[in-house]
Amino acid sequence: MNLWKRLMCMCRRRSPWLFHLNSGSCNGCDIELVASLSPRYDVEQLGARLEGSPRHADILCVTGPVTKNSVQAVRTVYGQVFAPKAVVAIGSCPATTNVFIDSRTLDGPLAKHIPVDVYVPGCPPRPDAIIRGVVRAAQILAERGRATPPLPERTVNAQDTSSGTCEVQS
Amino acid sequence: MNLLTALARLLVFPGLLFAVPAAWFFLWLERKAVARMQGRMGPPFPQPFFDFIKLLGKEVPEREGIAGRLMELWPVLAVAAAAGAVGMLPVLPASGGFEGDLILLLALMEVPSICIIAAGFSSRSIFAEIGSVREAVLSVAYNVVFILAILSIAAAQGTFRLEALAQRPAPPLEWLAIVALLGCLPARLHLNPFSLPNAEQEIYSGPMTEYAGRELALWELSHGLEWVAGTGLVAALVVPHLTAGAWMVVLFLALSCALAALLSVLAAATARLAIDTTVRFYWRCTLVFALAAMSSMLWFRGRV
Repeated sequence: MNLWKRLMCMCRRRSPWLFHLNSGSCNGCDIELVASLSPRYDVEQLGARLEGSPRHADILCVTGPVTKNSVQAVRTVYGQVFAPKAVVAIGSCPATTNVFIDSRTLDGPLAKHIPVDVYVPGCPPRPDAIIRGVVRAAQILAERGRATPPLPERTVNAQDTSSGTCEVQS
Repeated sequence: MNLLTALARLLVFPGLLFAVPAAWFFLWLERKAVARMQGRMGPPFPQPFFDFIKLLGKEVPEREGIAGRLMELWPVLAVAAAAGAVGMLPVLPASGGFEGDLILLLALMEVPSICIIAAGFSSRSIFAEIGSVREAVLSVAYNVVFILAILSIAAAQGTFRLEALAQRPAPPLEWLAIVALLGCLPARLHLNPFSLPNAEQEIYSGPMTEYAGRELALWELSHGLEWVAGTGLVAALVVPHLTAGAWMVVLFLALSCALAALLSVLAAATARLAIDTTVRFYWRCTLVFALAAMSSMLWFRGRV
């Protein structure tokens, strides 16, 4: 049984499927995310694949400062991804709302609405930084297993889940 | 064919024990070939295996009622039918078979496609329904050509038995029918330029939009098995005319891989067509091949 858990952990780490969610981004980060799939960076070497449906995805890649219009969409799509799952906030916008801070059209940052596991800062971040973030998220997801972190109203501390040995809950 | 050989064919070679790793291999070959064509490195060799195990470990949505039970049933049915189709391929020399097994093979190869259509409609997602409609239209378009081409071969040889079909001397124009069969394979496997039903990003994931976890794993597996069955059928019809004996198996595997690589290169080199263009292509262009093959076979049969 232990062998099966170790195998599952390795497979989760090596097969992160991504879903890209734009929460009001300027398209800068979106272009960089697509660039990481291009021949120069080729994230598919790590087993990653950009999926069309959030149901298929493991890692939710969120760009943008979370506008008021997109809050409900962000929560819905997060709920549509099945566990084990992880969230990568790409760019400075979802982390801090960036230059749009105090805007009356925003309801950010992202961590107010869903638990974020990895931040990739930058405006926009380089594709290799995004790939690093995806790899980190895959590692977190494999270690955490099917347990999902609580929604942010109670606690936001994704770092705690990334330590310790590789345990997979079935 | 007694029960023991039938079981051995279904479960060992070319059945499940061979077919599942072969399905993963073809899924990898497809992704790798597309990646190399685009100047990328592509996924590592065991990637489809990793994906399969990972999907088994994911949460599955709770489904209720008859529609939910049906949604769980379709991928199982698709995998069972595709694995059965692979098990029936006349790969080994003197592998037995029975009169009419060609018809059974054609029916089994069609089941996954019907399952995809039904799955899309059972999920009641708008994107899945669009995908299912496209799959249904596409299936009507390519199946006319596919079945005509197969029938022309059967008509020329005067038998519906796969093994006899493969081992009699080929009439000179059988190659026409094989070309028509090859023309249908990209649509059958949902590859570019005919990747309409599962058009990624365009209609999310088509009929698979609502599937997750182990159900999605089974769909991936059934897609891989369709690869093995589709390329295997063409290879099994060609190989006996080239060699005999134990070399048949080796040549069968080599030819299947070559066909898979060819189809992947085609997929990487083309863009997705619109549904009306696709239907027009099958009714106007490939149908000519199939009709020519059919009439020439009947003529050939009349002379023998």
